[in-house]
Amino acid sequence: MQAQPHELQRYSDRERMYHWATALLLLLAACSGMAFFHPNLFFLSIFTGGGPWTRILHPFIGVATAFVFLFLYLRVRIDNQAEAHDKAWAGKMGDMIRGNKDALPPAGKYNPAQKQVFWAMSISLAVLLLTGFVFWRPWFAPYFPVDLVRVAVVLHSIAAVVMVLSVIVHVYAAIWIKGSVRAMTRGTVSRAWAKQNHALWHRQMTEGKK
Amino acid sequence: MAGTNPQNVVARSATTTPSSQVRSSPQVAKLIDESKCIGCKACQVACMNWNDLRDDIGENIGVYDNPSDLTPSSWTVMRFFEVEPTAGNLEWLIRKDGCMHCEDPGCLKACPAPGAIVKYDNGIVDFVSENCIGCGYCVTGCPFDVPRISKKDNKAYKCTLCSDRVAVGLEPACVKTCPTGAIGFGTKEDMVSYGDKRVGELKERGFQNAGLYNPQGVGGTHVMYVLKHADRPELERLPKDPSVSPMVSLWKGIAKPLAVAGMIGAVVAGFLHYMKVGPIEEKTDEKV
Repeated sequence: MQAQPHELQRYSDRERMYHWATALLLLLAACSGMAFFHPNLFFLSIFTGGGPWTRILHPFIGVATAFVFLFLYLRVRIDNQAEAHDKAWAGKMGDMIRGNKDALPPAGKYNPAQKQVFWAMSISLAVLLLTGFVFWRPWFAPYFPVDLVRVAVVLHSIAAVVMVLSVIVHVYAAIWIKGSVRAMTRGTVSRAWAKQNHALWHRQMTEGKK
Repeated sequence: MAGTNPQNVVARSATTTPSSQVRSSPQVAKLIDESKCIGCKACQVACMNWNDLRDDIGENIGVYDNPSDLTPSSWTVMRFFEVEPTAGNLEWLIRKDGCMHCEDPGCLKACPAPGAIVKYDNGIVDFVSENCIGCGYCVTGCPFDVPRISKKDNKAYKCTLCSDRVAVGLEPACVKTCPTGAIGFGTKEDMVSYGDKRVGELKERGFQNAGLYNPQGVGGTHVMYVLKHADRPELERLPKDPSVSPMVSLWKGIAKPLAVAGMIGAVVAGFLHYMKVGPIEEKTDEKV
C-alpha cells in the first residue's frame, strides 16, 4: 500500500506477508507443541488432528515456521542491531512501563525492548529448530544417543517458553501502543506515531524529503 | 485398558487427577535367578507365543543373543556375557532382559499422551497402545533402554509382565514355561524374601558378592534379579544405580507447572498493566 502524505511506509507488502505467515505457523507450532508439554494443554492437539497427527505435523510446522521467519529475519536484522543511543533508552525502561512515554529518549526504527524481543525470538527459534531434529520421530531421533535427546528436549522446552513469552510481550506491545498494528496490517504508520515512538527513524525518513 | 481390564490404575501418563483405584490388590514381582538360568530361551518362545509376536529373522552376531536386541516384537531377550569377574576365572553370565516394571517409572513420567502408559496397583507398568502417539518420550524416560518404537505403526512396545494373565490370576508366560524354575513370580514381598534366601545360598557357594537387584533409584522394581556379582551389575549391561535422568525429571517435573504459570502469568500481567496504565494513545497530526 502506498503511503499518504501524513503517513510513513514502515513495512513492505513482502515483509508483512513474511510476518503473518510466520505468525500463523508459529501459532500452530506453539499449540501443537504445548499439547506435549503439559497434560492440561493436551487438548490443544485437537487443532492439529489429535495426538498422533500432532506428533506427525508439529516438526513439519516448526521447520516451516523457521524457514519463513528466515526471510523476515534477513529483512529486519540490520535495524535490530544494538546502537549507541539504545543504552539511554534502556535505562528508562521503568518510565516506559509506567506509560511515561515523554521521559524516553528518541528511539530508532526499533527501540531496545523491541530489539530484545526480536533477538529472543530469533535465538529461541534457532534453538527450537536444531534441538527439534534430535528427537524428531521416526526420522531423526534414532540416530542420536539418548543422553543427547534428553538434553535436547529440555532445551527445546526452554526455548519454546522463551518464544511464547516473547510473543506475548510482542502482541501486548502492539495492543498497548495505539497506532502500531496498522504497520503490519497496512504497512504504513502515521507521521505523528513515528515522531512519538520512533523519533530518530521519523527524522531519518523525513529529512530532506518534505 | 478401557473396559477389558478391571485393575486399579495408580498412575496414568499425562493425567493430573487420580484414576480409578478403589479396589486393592497385592504388589507382584518377577524374580529372575541368573544362577539357575541355562539360557534355553524358552521364555522368549513363551513370550512370542502368548503375545502373538513373530519377529523378523535377524542376523547372527557371533554370540548366542538372538535376536540381538529388544525390538517392538521381541519383548524379552536372553543376553549372554563372557566375563572374567576375577582374572583368569571365566564365567558365562546369562541375563533375561526386558522391562523392569519400575515402582517409579520414567517412561510414564515422560509420556505426554494421556493414558498411553499406566501403572496398576500390583506394580505392573503397561503401555496402552491405542493412546500411544509415537513421540518416543518414553525412551528418554527409561533408565534401562527398554521401550522400542515400531516402524510399522509408530507405537511403543515392551514387556507387559503379562498383565492380561496376571489380571486373571495366572503367572506370566515366561514364568510358566521356564524349565529350571529360574523365573519366579509372586507377591513382591515373597519374591524379595525368596531372592534374599537364594543370595544367601549363593554366598555359601562362594559368590561373596551375590545380591538381589531391586534398584532403589527407581523406587525398586517389579522385575528383580538374583545376581552372582551384584556389586558389578554392569558386567551384564545393567546400570549400577539407575534413576530417571535428571533432565527428564526437570523437564517433566518442576519445569512443567513453572512454565505454564509463567505463560499464563505474562498474559494476566499484560491485562492488568493495560487496566492500570492504559494505552499509549496515538497523537493526532495536529498536536505534533
